[in-house]
Amino acid sequence: MTDKGAPLLALDKVETRIGPYHILHGVDLVVPEGRATMLLGRNGAGKTTTARTVMALWRASAGSITFGGRDITREDAPTIARLGVGYVPESMGIFSDLTVAENLRLAAISGHLDPKRLDVIFSAFPAIKRFWLGRAGTLSGGQKQMLSIARAIVEPRRLLIIDEPTKGLAPAIIANMIGVFRDLKATGVTILMIEQNFALARAIGDTVAVMEDGRIVHHGSMAELADDDALQRRLLGLSMSAHQ
Amino acid sequence: MSNPVTAPTTSDIPRQPLDWLPVALPLMVAIAAFPLVGNPWTWLTLTVAGLAMGMIIFMVSSGLMLVFGLMDVLNFGHGAFIALGAYVGLAVLMPLTPWVEATSVLLNSAVFALALCAGVIVAGVVGFVFDRLLIQPVYGNHLKQILMTTGGLIIVEQLIRAIWGAETVSFNLPASLRGSWLLGEAAVERYRIVALGIGSAVFLGLLLVLTRTRIGLMIRAGVENREMLEAMGYRTRHLFVGVFVVGAMLAGLGGVMWGLYLQNFTASIGAQINVLIFIVIIIGGLGSTTGCLIGALLVGLTSNYVGFAAPKIALFSNILLMLLILLWRPQGLYRVVDR
Amino acid sequence: MTAHVPGPSFICRLLSGDLPRSRILTVILIAIVVGLVVAPFLVPGARSLNTSAKILIFIALVASYDLLLGYTGIVSFAHTMFFGIGAYGIAIASTRMEPGWTALAVGTSCAILLSVVLATIIGLFSLRVRAVFFAMITLAVATAFSTLMSQLSEWTGGEDGITFKMPQIFQPAYRLFEEPVLGIVINGRILSYYAILVAVVVLFLLMLRIANSPFGRVLQAIRENPFRTEAIGYRTVLYRTIASVISAVFATLAGVLMAIWLRYNGPDTTLSLEIMVDILLITVIGGMGTLYGAIVGAVLFMVAQTYLQDVMVLVSKASEHIPLVASLAHPDRWLLWLGLLFVLSIYYFPQGVVGSLRDRARGA
Repeated sequence: MTDKGAPLLALDKVETRIGPYHILHGVDLVVPEGRATMLLGRNGAGKTTTARTVMALWRASAGSITFGGRDITREDAPTIARLGVGYVPESMGIFSDLTVAENLRLAAISGHLDPKRLDVIFSAFPAIKRFWLGRAGTLSGGQKQMLSIARAIVEPRRLLIIDEPTKGLAPAIIANMIGVFRDLKATGVTILMIEQNFALARAIGDTVAVMEDGRIVHHGSMAELADDDALQRRLLGLSMSAHQ
Repeated sequence: MSNPVTAPTTSDIPRQPLDWLPVALPLMVAIAAFPLVGNPWTWLTLTVAGLAMGMIIFMVSSGLMLVFGLMDVLNFGHGAFIALGAYVGLAVLMPLTPWVEATSVLLNSAVFALALCAGVIVAGVVGFVFDRLLIQPVYGNHLKQILMTTGGLIIVEQLIRAIWGAETVSFNLPASLRGSWLLGEAAVERYRIVALGIGSAVFLGLLLVLTRTRIGLMIRAGVENREMLEAMGYRTRHLFVGVFVVGAMLAGLGGVMWGLYLQNFTASIGAQINVLIFIVIIIGGLGSTTGCLIGALLVGLTSNYVGFAAPKIALFSNILLMLLILLWRPQGLYRVVDR
Repeated sequence: MTAHVPGPSFICRLLSGDLPRSRILTVILIAIVVGLVVAPFLVPGARSLNTSAKILIFIALVASYDLLLGYTGIVSFAHTMFFGIGAYGIAIASTRMEPGWTALAVGTSCAILLSVVLATIIGLFSLRVRAVFFAMITLAVATAFSTLMSQLSEWTGGEDGITFKMPQIFQPAYRLFEEPVLGIVINGRILSYYAILVAVVVLFLLMLRIANSPFGRVLQAIRENPFRTEAIGYRTVLYRTIASVISAVFATLAGVLMAIWLRYNGPDTTLSLEIMVDILLITVIGGMGTLYGAIVGAVLFMVAQTYLQDVMVLVSKASEHIPLVASLAHPDRWLLWLGLLFVLSIYYFPQGVVGSLRDRARGA
């Protein structure tokens, strides 16, 4: 699907249960290709659950998920990853016992690290170059986050699902990340990002979906939401401009 | 290990201090045992015996430990592979007794190698079946896992008795492996040195595979975070079957060696060593090959020293050892898995 | 949890509200109970009496294990250790002291004390760890204990075990009445049998009470979802330890009964791994978490073990010429078939006999 703006990922009435808990109550979400979609919402709204359901780390109990025209509802995580979906989880999922190099090498499913991509990663994340042979577990929180993102882009992906990349990071690093994601967008990759930091959300996001209680309660362009303070307060409980 | 494309300077890579204390433990135990034993030659004999026994225990436990670390499956039936390996090895050795008794090193080595190979292959095949029938169906349910694998152990043990008879079979080592070399007044058994050699080779082999190959990379990553590995596109189920089968093969190898070490083959050979294996795994820590080796060496040394000095409390000494180490490091000597 | 079944409320209270909940099961249970009560008269002979007594003792032993495995969800390989402690308690007391009621009392109390202490230590130390580690530790401890008993030959008779005497009315030569009653002479053996019967009934009803008490419900909650139960405020380690202790005490009492019946104890009688495996099998096949499963399972198992092995001897002899079949059918390979049945029942039949009967009655 090369038509920019056409949906790359579509969730239709997706429900997810974890044990006895019913978390997603029918999520309808469309992620247009080539754009960055921000998934916002209060804590506990079901954002991470949505991400994990798309990655098939949790099974959807109802509804359907389509990726690039293909139904992936019943597929398993490795298959979805190999279809070109990169996942950056909230917990970062760094293999602490492996070196930085090994983490990246593993992330390259083909087995080879593309030197050009590596250069991009090194320039965006200098720490990765510096600690190349060091154990990933010794990195700082921000550096681990960078490694996690770097892993997801070490090979070309069609879709990046990124869950709260700036959680617990210093403002200076966040500012750096905005640049990184902007460059990423320029490469044409589709992004679905869960993010609580509104500066980042507004800077990167093209479309926005707001979740509450396991449902999407608002879906529109970022520009529209950014300009409407009242809408922000209603959906998110606060205004973005007040929380930079 | 660095990518040929980039060779960043290693100067500012934070150096992880090598955790050498556990490595020094076997040495410390050996030194501590010296005054208890008294005679330096006896001490030497016991130390070699302890190290050799430790190596064999390591061979047998390493597979189980990897499986446990990687897939969170504790196979109570691991002893079945040990027993099978031993008996299949025996089945190869018995008809080839002339080769065993011959004084030719070539023939002895050949028959020994054949026995080892047979044990490894059969244990591997049975391991595959075991995984398919007993482990896969109850994956994730720890309770059922323990029950199923215990059942598997019983079945295999009984089958061995049915096929090969329930009596204990004595069998001699191949001729050139018998006897000892004299070091001063100490008699160092040849077979024990061989066991040390093979065990070290296995350890180095495992370490190399784990650190230098792609599969090793996947295994180490999977031990830490299986879910993330799957999300990166790897089918961990296939990885697991492979590790399980290799673990079974190593158990088979250890089984042949253990049977020859004792020069006695009995169907419950696996169950007998089960307890020791569990102790080793608890001591070593989940997922750590080095921890497993050190734990095994410690158990081997302790068994031999205490077996000499105070035979009645030999088994307790190992349990005591386990408790002491757990008090020091509750997660085992080397904690790898964060669970 | 308990269906509203009309029945005499006395029976309901006696069974602590835990009725069989299946007509077939009720019939089976009544038949078993009646059978055990009249066994000495129904099928005279030492062998059948022995089987019946063993059934009774195993009912108590397996039910105590079900409390641990079925209700609390803990796999332990140390159950035979407590069984052995009870038996050895009686054995040592009856050989070190004058055999008699005092010896029984002393032996039983010491055994229970030891079991409580051991179960508490094992529980507190290792119930914090994962289930598999706990199972491994219990295996190690049980093996160590077994070795210890074999080595303390001065007290325990080592590998050979020890024989001892019982109080006078339990001795075989004792006669309650001079004349035979209903064709059977009421001797010490018959009296021992009925004493054990009464004891087992009491123990079983006690266990039913415990399982159906609020404590029992907490145990089941822990089995289903330990995290949530802990979150609600129940210290799971504490409850699990108490459950282990209770289970251990009942197993010890079963051991005491075993010693009273056999008037002999050795490492193979009570401490062997084979018995541990038997207990596991009966619990699973009978039905985990039902307690009645222990009754049905023990009967099935004992009857099968005694009489099926006879069949196996026949088959083995008949197939003498076919090598593998002969050795597979050999009665010594009894455990092989049991193991297969065990694995198959976990696969296809995880609720066990009692569970399946109850499901059927519910229309499930």
